[in-house]
Amino acid sequence: MPLDHPELLAVAVRIAEMAGAGEQVEAYVARSTSTSVKAYGGEVESLTQASSAGVGVRVIVDHREGFAYAGTLDEGAVLEALAEARDNARFGEPDEFNALAEPDGVAVADLDLWPAGLEHVATADKVAMALELERATTGRDARVSAVRVAMFADARGEGAVATSTGIRAWGRAGSCHLAVQALAVHDGETQIAAGLSVGREVSDLSVDEAASDAILRATRLLGSTKPATQRLTLVLEPRMTATILSLVGGMLNGEAVLKGRSPFAGRVGEAISSPLLTFVDDPTDPQSLGAETHDGEGLACRRNELVVHGVLQGFLQNSYTGRRSGTASTGSAQRGVASTPGVGAVALAVAPGSGTHEDVLGTVEHGLFVTSMAGLHSGVNPVSGDFSVGVEGLMVKGGELAEPIREATVASTLQRLLLDISAVGADLEWLPDGTGGVTLVIPDIALSGT
Amino acid sequence: MLDHDLIRRTLSIALHTGGELAEIFVEDKASSNAIFDDGKVENLSSGRDRGAGIRVIVGDTTGFAHTADLSEAGLAEAAEAAGAAARSGGGGVQEIALTRQDAPRPNDIAILPEEVAKARKVALLRRADEAARGAGSAITQVTARYGDSRRRILVANSDGLLTEDDQVRTLFTVMAVASADTGMQTGYQSLGRTIGFELFDSYDVEDLAREAADRALLKLAARPAPSGTMPVVIGPGGGGVLFHEACGHGLEADLVAKGASVFAGRIGERVADPRITLVDDGTMAEEWGALAIDDEGSLASRNVLIEDGILTDYMWDLLRSRKEGRPRSGNGRRQSYKHLPMVRMTNTYVLAGPDDPAQIVADTPTGVYVAHLGGGQVNTATGDFVFGMTEAYLIEDGKITEPIREGNLIGNGPAVLASIDAVGDDFAMGSPGMCGKDGQGVPVGDGIPTMRVPALTIGGTA
Repeated sequence: MPLDHPELLAVAVRIAEMAGAGEQVEAYVARSTSTSVKAYGGEVESLTQASSAGVGVRVIVDHREGFAYAGTLDEGAVLEALAEARDNARFGEPDEFNALAEPDGVAVADLDLWPAGLEHVATADKVAMALELERATTGRDARVSAVRVAMFADARGEGAVATSTGIRAWGRAGSCHLAVQALAVHDGETQIAAGLSVGREVSDLSVDEAASDAILRATRLLGSTKPATQRLTLVLEPRMTATILSLVGGMLNGEAVLKGRSPFAGRVGEAISSPLLTFVDDPTDPQSLGAETHDGEGLACRRNELVVHGVLQGFLQNSYTGRRSGTASTGSAQRGVASTPGVGAVALAVAPGSGTHEDVLGTVEHGLFVTSMAGLHSGVNPVSGDFSVGVEGLMVKGGELAEPIREATVASTLQRLLLDISAVGADLEWLPDGTGGVTLVIPDIALSGT
Repeated sequence: MLDHDLIRRTLSIALHTGGELAEIFVEDKASSNAIFDDGKVENLSSGRDRGAGIRVIVGDTTGFAHTADLSEAGLAEAAEAAGAAARSGGGGVQEIALTRQDAPRPNDIAILPEEVAKARKVALLRRADEAARGAGSAITQVTARYGDSRRRILVANSDGLLTEDDQVRTLFTVMAVASADTGMQTGYQSLGRTIGFELFDSYDVEDLAREAADRALLKLAARPAPSGTMPVVIGPGGGGVLFHEACGHGLEADLVAKGASVFAGRIGERVADPRITLVDDGTMAEEWGALAIDDEGSLASRNVLIEDGILTDYMWDLLRSRKEGRPRSGNGRRQSYKHLPMVRMTNTYVLAGPDDPAQIVADTPTGVYVAHLGGGQVNTATGDFVFGMTEAYLIEDGKITEPIREGNLIGNGPAVLASIDAVGDDFAMGSPGMCGKDGQGVPVGDGIPTMRVPALTIGGTA
């Protein structure tokens, strides 16, 4: 891709070139602009116009690492960050594997992730979309007469990485979305649910899709009751599958493996899930809103197969974990301006199986179709794999959706959930966080209720 | 932090096309973090964020813009953008007279973070690692983290308000992993106060590390948590997050006003046992949610939300209190100058009650005792909430017996609140928390005495 915006890269290069003898310097420079319009009660509740920029500087001397960042590209602050990173490096302890990434020859995917049309959309049109979304959500079903908020938001960002080891990387991406939280009220009961429409350009968005999604999700939970404690089959809708997949992706992180915090350490080549399951992290797939050309250390992003027909293929690595584990970076360094590169997936997706959502649901005699999960941060332990979350959804009886339930939990371990998968749908859905999910069926799960 | 004439000129620009109120929020935050992981000091990092957020309010509309450029030109550009965003079509020149207001600080700071040598910060980490590993040979990994921040803020608005705060926070956390044939378990403990490095004169990082390690070791032998509904006794301090989720969020005036809270329209009603008094208190010295002023310049205060079981008040921000014509409560907070403020909690706690904690357990034939809770989440529209138990035991024949594995508990806020049937006399504050709402995180504190909920659903497998 031609560097038609080399200015940011030039800033990074200038910092990297300040490296002294025996010193490695990396500069990660990022800049973004965003708009957010919130509508409520037929008025604009708030309109935010924002632009941010920042730089993170990493210095490695004698295998010791130091880091500092500044939330501005102001010359003085940038130099202060470099000086602070150098000073901080005196206090890190030496680690023979500490070093910056070096160019690895992997070709950069030819991706067009830049919404060129977005910058020409007038603010007034963004305001109109947020207002229209509120009207569309409140005008269709007598039980939905208000929203908590209806919103249009967009963000465009560019980032550059330069190092004294020869890395020169620059990329940019953007997206926009419509989101609405609908309030459904009936017989003194209130339910709230969100509807979304996401894309790169405004033309990809659909007010109707977001409004319909929110109305359906809020109204179908009206009249929900607490179910009895029992064992049943879980049917996960694509966005729930994607959420669980992200948790599993975190456990296949090379850093967690090296530091003895992953239950999947040492299991490459073994079956860790049902053979029905295949999933990859592929940032080069432009269908994913997580798609990127470069990772946080400036290496080309690439397709990484994690599990193929149930067999663990490997772990995601950045340059440190790759070096230390005797493999190599998989181009999976993740970071913001304010942090050193960690390891993570950005575009995890399940390979589609067979059958539509209805086909898959039709095979379930007695189950729960899960439409929301709560308490993931408090109830899922990525080290032990213990899994216990609050759920809402619809019971499944004889292959059909039945009555709504709430105030219940499901519990298992992530390891068990993967092994027990009994059906994988073909209904791939891409989600705002860049992950792709399908309908998934897992039998014999403990549901806690009354 | 910023010249007063420059502030006045910026506010005037923000209002030059009309508007009822213009506000400038200036923030200068310096932070440092040191991480010890996998047997070594991994790195030390430091950061600086400095900028201003400007908002203009016209009727029910807020225009907002922010900038990291604090020059006259940078501020003027942000003020123009915020004003344009909120434009009402009115206009005119508005003279603004600023009156400086001093806010009493919740506590003094003895040792500012920037006055402490980096080597002293780093030295704490190794001590924690050694103490955690010394707790048992099954401890296989330790991560210790030191963090400090100094956040100076200035808030001025076209009503003439001008006030500042200097907020210092120091945090230390330890996570230990214990391994055995049964798999791996984790234990976590944290300590945070709104003070400087003097924190470590009063607390030993070794104690913190041993608590984290003991929690991980205990769970190696833990049984699967039960599944179903049963009595739950929550220990002192560890369970404040229960109230934060079960009713705290539902008492935030922005959610109440939009009909998104089950507590809307219930002021004056009995919502809990007369033994329950719930307070949100930003003035509580040294506690993690303490502040002199909120992020809209309102003085922090102690607000009684539930008194002797009766719902007495909600929590308020500037927008909602102006609209309702009532005093502000000091709950308008924001993550940074890049965010709009909204109603947030500070330190939320239940006062001590009359009951003997040991007797509460003895009077519970079977159930679960939760000594320490993790985070939680609530759906304020239905009141359904979950929270994680990170250290819990079975209660059998009125005695605390075997440890159980991690899991979430689920309940309904109003129902749980109304059902609490025992409140201990042993109040304690809990661990420092980070509360998330609409994508913004702010530091909060919580606390409770021992209490019993007769029926909560345990999300286990057994």
